[in-house]
This record gives sequence, structure tokens and C-alpha cells, in this order.
Amino acid sequence: MSGSRRILITGLSTYWGGLLARALESEPSVEAIVGVDNEEPSVELERTEYVKVGAQHALLRRVVEAAEIDTVVDTRLVVDSVLTTPRLAHENNVIGTMNLLAACGGPQSSVRKFVFKSSTHYYGANQDDPAFFDETMGRPHPPGTPIERDVLEAEASVAEFADRNPEVTVSVLRMANVLGPDVRTSHKDLMGLPAIPMILGFDPRYQFVHEDDVVHALEHVVKNDLPGVFNVAADGVLALTEVAGLLGKPYVPVLSPWGTGLAATVASRLGVRIPPEMLAQLRFGRGVDNRRFKAAGFEYGYTSREAVISLAEHLRLHPLLRDAAEPYRYEREVEEFLRWSPNVRNSRPKEVVAAMAAPGPPPPPVDHYDDLEAEEVLPLLGSLERADLEALREYERGHRGRESVIGAIETHLSPPAATP
Amino acid sequence: MAESARTSLSLREGPEEGDGEQSGLPSLRGDDLRRHLPGVEPDRTLTDWGRSERVERVLDETLVDFMYRYWFRAEVEGIENVPASGGALLVSNHSGALPPDATMIGKAIREEHPHPRPLNITVEHFFKGYPGFSMLLPKVGAVAAHPANVHRLLYDEQQLVLVFPEGRKGTEKLYKDRYRLRRFGRGGFVHAAMKARVPIVPVCVVGAEEAAPVFAQFSLLQKLTGLLYVPLTPTFPHMGPLGMLGYLPAKFKLRFLEPIHFDDPDQEDPSSEVQTVAQEVRARIQENLFDMLAKRESVWFG
Repeated sequence: MSGSRRILITGLSTYWGGLLARALESEPSVEAIVGVDNEEPSVELERTEYVKVGAQHALLRRVVEAAEIDTVVDTRLVVDSVLTTPRLAHENNVIGTMNLLAACGGPQSSVRKFVFKSSTHYYGANQDDPAFFDETMGRPHPPGTPIERDVLEAEASVAEFADRNPEVTVSVLRMANVLGPDVRTSHKDLMGLPAIPMILGFDPRYQFVHEDDVVHALEHVVKNDLPGVFNVAADGVLALTEVAGLLGKPYVPVLSPWGTGLAATVASRLGVRIPPEMLAQLRFGRGVDNRRFKAAGFEYGYTSREAVISLAEHLRLHPLLRDAAEPYRYEREVEEFLRWSPNVRNSRPKEVVAAMAAPGPPPPPVDHYDDLEAEEVLPLLGSLERADLEALREYERGHRGRESVIGAIETHLSPPAATP
Repeated sequence: MAESARTSLSLREGPEEGDGEQSGLPSLRGDDLRRHLPGVEPDRTLTDWGRSERVERVLDETLVDFMYRYWFRAEVEGIENVPASGGALLVSNHSGALPPDATMIGKAIREEHPHPRPLNITVEHFFKGYPGFSMLLPKVGAVAAHPANVHRLLYDEQQLVLVFPEGRKGTEKLYKDRYRLRRFGRGGFVHAAMKARVPIVPVCVVGAEEAAPVFAQFSLLQKLTGLLYVPLTPTFPHMGPLGMLGYLPAKFKLRFLEPIHFDDPDQEDPSSEVQTVAQEVRARIQENLFDMLAKRESVWFG
């Protein structure tokens, strides 16, 4: 583990943000995890502190400074226009990124690492694309859709930040289309349909990455210093007909090759939303060269094919499980109780408890010792081991120093010593 | 390839400066990246390029086989010049309305070579954007003629790649200009071979010009349909789209020439050599074409 000890995660309510926080919680060397977002997190978290704040510059800077954050992981980027409106997406992707970077930059800043989750929408999907984009390649044509413009602008400001702050390790991960049981994307919606719609006469190439691999990839760059840009995409580029075959569904070339935009509008009226950035992919497809991130030590858990199969299994099981598992809902009071109340005994992992108590003297061997009166303590002493008794004596001397308690401990300690 | 400089994120890295090496990162195009090529998934029927063994085999055993054996009665010379292993760039003359030459070269390597290998045929980017072609061509081994694609195939995957440096200038030319090579572009193919450190194998094809002669080009129809060109051939357009496949039974002769190796792949300024080699390859193909034509007694019987 390199220097990352105090980590700020933006977009805690996104799937990745939440799961990354959870994964980092089990790392003993991570002292603090702060998650910021303007929506509440969607996964249960043990010791991550959630701060409800948007991407306003002044507030973020105060959070970063106050918590002495050394690593910022930005998982906020919205790369799917079905999830929000273009205006909100722009606000989040471009303005939000600028604000966050402004909060992290500057000579006094404690931030030493910045991880940015981007998307292979950076490359677009065009007729004269190479079959495999590598990280040095730009897109052949300027972007035509709002989401693609956002990704380019956001990456441009990250690149500028990297130039102006040479002491900060900046990693950019360009994620391919994400698939998996838990994340919602427009491509997953498409694959959930009874038949896969296609553009007549086109069989685009698709490369996916499983949702677990996305979280592991973010974890990998937090734990290792890997400056630069990396494509994150699983091995294997599938044709869309092949994807349909793996899902066990028919494919229907219902979208006309000319006037496809119009056909997509008709489809969205009928309840099948096909966003513009997806239309380009349905026509030309996209493959990326994933070897650089593999050379940097990352191992994928799934190939593209296995990611599709895992989604297929989920889609088959989904109707059966629909009502079984209640989704997690964030309740502030409950979370606060679970995290900070001294009465919570079981929910915290051991290392977390150790980390929380680390700065002070060792804790007394009796739970909630500080709350107990002398007469409540005395009956407990008989059940304690010799070492624990000695520790308790030290603790009592250092704290309340009640003579009755110390005396009782002495008596419990003396008999074995007297009769060897 | 057009790099959009404003938005391309280079950060503080770059194989040229060697910064990547210093920070313990592998360089972007180093030898070691070849180790990280994706493995083969045995359950898949398509490659990562979209090539389908099944579609290819079906076509190969039926239509292509018939054309090769009985219709064109192809005759092959110098097949031993195609290396049995490692990458190699095949360079050929190009002609015909819907050119049959690429398919026949691929078939010749499968039929005659002691180690049959798949051939990747580079095609214009246009085909990726045209419905139907976009779906079918990758299935039978066509790859868009992007420098990065050619490099990956030749260098990283060590495969055979066929290019037509004349490009569409070759297929557009009329019957009266047959067997006279057009300009060989800017010699990009030589650069690709040098960069990938693979030999160039020049190939001469005789017969394709007569099999699909082009008498005229309809520029208005071309604009209306959005196709690359709309030619007048013996069977097209009056016999409909299938008329494009109406090849005349000309005798095909293929000649693979001695490979050209590059002695010093790491020289400082390859640009002067690129032009020299491009000229040389063109001259050798042209010379051999005239030689083959001079020896040919009949267009139809050889």
C-alpha cells in the first residue's frame, strides 16, 4: 500500500463509490474514508463517513483540508444519458469535475493522488476507428453527443490539473461498457428486452467490463501508484449477435440503417430508450486495447463473454427474486447509531475497533468498563485471567483510581502468587 | 489518424520520452505488451476482430472453392515465398468491380501452402459504415485499413495481412487501363512493415481485370446510393445487385514474389527508404505482370 491513508470518495451514492468505500474499509492501513455526494449512499458502510455535499468548490475544499485527505477517488462521472438529463449530466460531469479539481489543487493541498473514473466514450464510435483504441489515440472526429462531449471536457480538465500539479499522481481509468447484476446502464436495459434490437445490416463489436472488475480496478490504482491513462475493458471483443446468443435471446434488426435517429425516437415512444451515444455504438461498435492496465499488474476476474453470461444468469433469476431482497435504504439515524454508539458490539470489524482506539491507551479488558460502578465491577473480577486483571489495575489507576476496585483486584491477584 | 490535440490526455507520460520506464510503467508499445494479448476462449466462434470461422468455412467450401477450381481455374506460382510463420505483409495489384482478387489470394494460401494460414484483408473504412458490408466483411477476414489495425495484426499477432496500395484508384480504373498500376499511395504499407519488422511479399494477379471489367463509372448513381463507386460491367447494373457477382470465367494466375526484408528496422530516418521501397515493390509487381501477360496465350484458357 502506497501513501493512501486518508481517502475521499466522490459519488458515494453511485454503485462504484459505495462498493469502493466498502472494499477500502477492510484495509487496516486506511485511516479514514470520507464519502461525499448529494445523495445518500446505496450500500451499507461500516466506517466510511458520509458527508452530504454537492460538488461546490468552497465546501469541498474545506472537507479536504479538514480531513487532511491524501487521495481523492472521483467516481461521479455519469456516462449514461438514460440516468439523468443532459443538463444535469453536464453540471455533474464538467462543472463538478472542475470544482473538485479546484478543491484538490494548489501548493498547500494535502492531496497526493487523484483517481478519475472516465469512460471509453472518450473514443466515440466512428466509421474510421481502429479496431482497438490504445490510450495514446484520440478520437478521429469531434464528439456529437452530449455525454461524449462531457467526457472529453472532464478529461481535458483532469489533464490540465495533472500538468499544473506535478506532485500529484493522477490516474485516469477509461471504463468500457459496464455489465453486471447490480449496476444499471442503458445497455443492461437493452439486454433485458425479450429480443435485442439491432440496426439492419450492422453487427457491432462490443467490449464489456464486469461491475466487480470496475471496483477492483479503482482499488488497484488506489493501492498502487499508477500515473497515466488506462483502458479498463475485459478480454474479448464480442459481436452483438454473439452477445444475443449468450443471452439466449433472438436479435431483431428493427432499426433502419438510414434515419436511425428517427427510428430511435419512435422506439423511445414505445418504451425502449436508446440514447444517442448508444446509437453510434450499435452502428460502429468499439474495441479497446486493454493490455496496458494488465501490464500494470491488474487481473480481470471476468472476460467480456463471462460478464455477459453472468448478466444472463441474473436476468433469468431476476423475476424469481424480485420481491425477496429489500434494497438497502440509507437511514441517517440508524447509520449514526451503528457507527458511533458505544453500545454497538458486533457490527464493527476488529481492526476498525483497534484503529478507532489506537491513539489512546489500551482499552480495559471489560466491555463498557467506564459505565460500571464499583459494586458492579467486583463480581466480574473472579472470571478474569491474571493478565487481564493486571491490565485492569493499570487502567483503573490511570482513570478513576477507585481504591475499592484496586484493592479487590490486588486480592484476586495475590492468592495464586502466595501458593505456588 | 487525426489526433485531437486539444483534448488528448497525455498527462506526464509518453513512450518517446521514456518517462513511463522511469516510473516502473511499461511503455505503451513495448515488446512486453505482447504477453498481455487476450487468450483464446475455445467456446467462442468469433475472434476479437469479428472473424467467424464458421461463416468463412461455409463460404470457403462452397462458393469460393467453386470459383477457385472451376470458374477461374487458378494457377499459383511461388507460394513458398509466403512465410510459414510470423507476420508478413502481402502487397498486390487490385482491380475489378467487386474485386475477386483478395478472396483468390486467401484461397491460394489455404490450398497450396504447406502451412495454410488465415489471411487478413484490409478494406476501406467505407465498408464499416455501409449496411450489410459492415456485418459480413469482418466475418470473412476483412479488416479496416487503419495503421493501428495493420500494426496489431503484423507485429502483435504475427499474422498475414494483404494490402492493395492502389486502393480504390485500382478498382475504379476502367478496362482500357487494365494491368497498369496506379500510384502506390504515400507508401504507408512500407512504413507499416518496417515498424512491425516483417517482410513484404509482392503478389501479382492476372485475370481479375477480365473477370470483372469496368467499362464506365456512374458518378450520379454513386452520389445517390452513397456507395464507393457504381460501375458499368457486363452484368451490372442491369442484372441487379447480384450482377456484381457476375464474373466472367477468365483464367486466374497468381504469382507470389520473393519477400523483401528490411535490414535495419531501427534506423533514424526511414522516410527516404519508405519511398524507395514503395517504388521498388511497385516496379517489381508491374514488371512481373507484363511478363505474365506476355506469356498468356488466351484470356480464358491461359
